[in-house]
Amino acid sequence: MCLGIPGEVIELMAEHDDLAMVSVEGVKRAVNIGLLREDSDGPLDLSPGDWILIHVGFALSKIDEREAKASLEWLTGVGDAYTDELDALAASDIT
Amino acid sequence: MKYVDEYRDADTARALATKIAGLCEPGRRYSLMEICGGHTHTIYTHGLEDHLPESISLVHGPGCPVCVIPMGRVDDAIALAEQDDVIMTSFGDMMRVPGGRGSFFDSKAAGADIRMVYSPLDSLKIARKNPDKRVIFFAIGFETTTPSTAMTVLRAAAEGLDNFAVFCNHVRVTPAITAILSSPDLHLDGFVGPGHVSTVIGCEPYTYIPREHGKPIVVSGFEPLDILTSVYMLMQQFADGRCETENEYARVVPWAGNPKALGVIDRVMEVRDTFEWRGPGWIPESAMQLRAEYAAFDAERIYQVPGVRVADPKACQCGEVLRGAIKPWECKVFGTACTPETPIGTCMVSSEGACAAYYNFGRFSRSRVKEATSA
Repeated sequence: MCLGIPGEVIELMAEHDDLAMVSVEGVKRAVNIGLLREDSDGPLDLSPGDWILIHVGFALSKIDEREAKASLEWLTGVGDAYTDELDALAASDIT
Repeated sequence: MKYVDEYRDADTARALATKIAGLCEPGRRYSLMEICGGHTHTIYTHGLEDHLPESISLVHGPGCPVCVIPMGRVDDAIALAEQDDVIMTSFGDMMRVPGGRGSFFDSKAAGADIRMVYSPLDSLKIARKNPDKRVIFFAIGFETTTPSTAMTVLRAAAEGLDNFAVFCNHVRVTPAITAILSSPDLHLDGFVGPGHVSTVIGCEPYTYIPREHGKPIVVSGFEPLDILTSVYMLMQQFADGRCETENEYARVVPWAGNPKALGVIDRVMEVRDTFEWRGPGWIPESAMQLRAEYAAFDAERIYQVPGVRVADPKACQCGEVLRGAIKPWECKVFGTACTPETPIGTCMVSSEGACAAYYNFGRFSRSRVKEATSA
């Protein structure tokens, strides 16, 4: 729950303003991107190919690819807690 | 040198360690607290303490939200979950945390409908599918997860979902630091500040620590080199006679945090007068609750929560570990009666708990074994 997991934005979901389809370690899941907006109607500076740091289904910040790769390596070292979190993410459906 | 091999850049790490050693004043000891459980994990996994001078000790703080939940609060949640019309949802991390009457897993085995979720938003889906039940999300975490709960409440309100509620246990990091600073049995010289929490709150909320308490703080990333760099930045402050808030993790943490997330929290939640922590005890203004406007989503207003108070088991010294008063291996039951397979205390349950991190990684460090056997 405390782990920030990097994911790569695949597409912004046209039918849901606040959701993006994101690839996390090859698993595609919807992630809420509402916290990346400056205000509720404001523009969203996010495009396919961007990397985001995800906490419990919400993107909290944009990160660069180098940081994403470093985070993934750190998470791999965390062991079971990370694989448990990935399993939970794979079972999640927030659409 | 097993641990050095795990650095991405061992030469940089060695150079940093040498620079840190060069900043140590002869005869002076430095006690630095890393607040975040993720940092504790990195320190043990990579054996970082072995590469620091003996005069620098890293003290583990209370930054594991699962670890600081008092047993009575778990019992309160189970009392809610045991009602006929309730489905309780919880992050997986909480499921094995022992309350006075067992854990969520024990309660689930006994018939309560408790389900693991990855996101609070998963709970909304369960609520939509079960209109005849009330879904209560056991909300937990520091400011990293608080905005997610707040966003979920806003979504439920927008949908008019009247069978979703939150049992709010969100805690705040700065009051915990204040409580630790006033602890009589602990002298600290500075802090390695949390990374992910700071993506939300930024660095500004920490500035009172150097200003009012005279202790520097450096917000840090999670890589071994991040932590060594943060220790170096603290040592440089001591050497320069400075006392400031600095940001080592600026590549992820903006100084102002995430204004949208802070706005969402403020819209949905307010600071509680006080909240009980395992370890430091009752800390003023250390947790959040839903605002009255969102009372329809607040399990503590919808239900009569028992408000159970349970003392920790006598053998368990999690409280002292969480206050930084003792190291994990100094606990009487560490590694004997209390292991990750049979945890007595919360610090052994969560992988970010200091005891579990030390049990799984740190005890193989030569210098730590030396300390443990001479303790």
